Amino acid sequence: MTKSDLLTAILLALAGLLMLGAVVLVFGVAPDPANLQTPVERYSQRIFYFHVPTWWVGFLAFIVSAGAGVLYLITRHERWDVISLSSVEIGVAFTTMGLITGSIWAKPTWNTWWTWDPRLTTAAIGWLMYIGYLMLRGAIDNPERRARFAAVFAIVAFLSVPINFMAIRWWRTIHPVVIGAGSADAQGDFTLGPTIRMVFFYCLFTFTVFYFALMSLRARTEWLTRRVEHLKQQVIFR
Amino acid sequence: MRYLHKIFAVIAKDVVAELRTREMLSSMFVFSLLVILIFNFAFDLRAENQRTLAPGVLWVAIAFAGMLGLSRSFIMEKDRGSMEGLLLTPVDRSAIYLGKMLGNVLFITVVEIIILPIFVVLFNLSAADIPWLLGVMLLGTIGFAGVGTLFSAMAIHTRAREVLLPVLLFPVVIPVMLAAVKLTAAILDRLAFDEVQNWFSLLVAFDLIFMALAFILFDYVMEE
Repeated sequence: MTKSDLLTAILLALAGLLMLGAVVLVFGVAPDPANLQTPVERYSQRIFYFHVPTWWVGFLAFIVSAGAGVLYLITRHERWDVISLSSVEIGVAFTTMGLITGSIWAKPTWNTWWTWDPRLTTAAIGWLMYIGYLMLRGAIDNPERRARFAAVFAIVAFLSVPINFMAIRWWRTIHPVVIGAGSADAQGDFTLGPTIRMVFFYCLFTFTVFYFALMSLRARTEWLTRRVEHLKQQVIFR
Repeated sequence: MRYLHKIFAVIAKDVVAELRTREMLSSMFVFSLLVILIFNFAFDLRAENQRTLAPGVLWVAIAFAGMLGLSRSFIMEKDRGSMEGLLLTPVDRSAIYLGKMLGNVLFITVVEIIILPIFVVLFNLSAADIPWLLGVMLLGTIGFAGVGTLFSAMAIHTRAREVLLPVLLFPVVIPVMLAAVKLTAAILDRLAFDEVQNWFSLLVAFDLIFMALAFILFDYVMEE
């Protein structure tokens, strides 16, 4: 067992334990928000502990991919390409979950699965952008060029993410803004008490650990895949 | 000054090549006109909602036509085998980028100048708005072509070629498109500048950021 295997195992075990704790905290400890009236609203509100962390992980994953892209272009070490790719894959998986959990929450609260709200639309566009990243990689045969173009795309794509999120503050959005000043039009908004806040930040932390556990697994798999490919080439063309 | 000459030389080359056939400009123009007409019966435009739909229709037409021009921009070089020649010339890669980008802005702007009066007539708008609309269109086009030129240079090396370009470009230029649509709507609705100032800032900021970033990253795309 190598050092990185050990790290992966520790991260996975830690993420699993934290996740169990999260289930207990979310369903056992966290109180109902004071200003939600109907039982449906109160039950569905608990998806918040899952929904927001998935978007946070997606966001984090895209930051990491852009950072790894910059490092790849500077150092040209394949390691950064592996990290960038792994991070985007995880980010796409988590933002997909974010879109789905958002829909599940929206149905009882807004009485619709999807609405063309700016926040939802920009989120969906951001998600499509990284699908584009994966398609770009799939369409290039030369591995060196694939890594280079992917790095360029990851940098450009990430740049429009934060500004997309800024732009929605100028709109009237019905999506609740729990952290910071919310929009007056938000529907299904709720206030965070101290316990809710504690549980929420615990969940954010849990998902962050989970992200790193997945990252170390995925990056390692990708690295080994490439090594096998490399060795295969050596055997065939010897 | 020498640098400006080099940029100008790249633009001049593209303009001369285009003037010999005029196939890109004419197809961009016809296509954008078609988009406007198709929207007309797709939305079944009636008198009361014409104005609200106009900015969106205009920008979709520009974006689609611009996409045609952008994807030709580097495919043309590659198919005629002039890419190597362009890369072998003793100019900085960034000059090639700026030349190509400004050439694209020029072509799209020419199409816009032709299409805008027709658009104004079809949507029954005031001719006094044309200069303002052109200003917004130019700003939008710079952002669009700024990052589009970079992606076009990447797309030609992929298996799908021009098919991939819209998939990559549209989500990324959404902020530019949004700001441009908002400003166009503000002009048509005669809003005061103060009301849309943040959209204007967003548009200018994106133009600058996209151009600066593409300017830096183009070197890495053209490396071979």
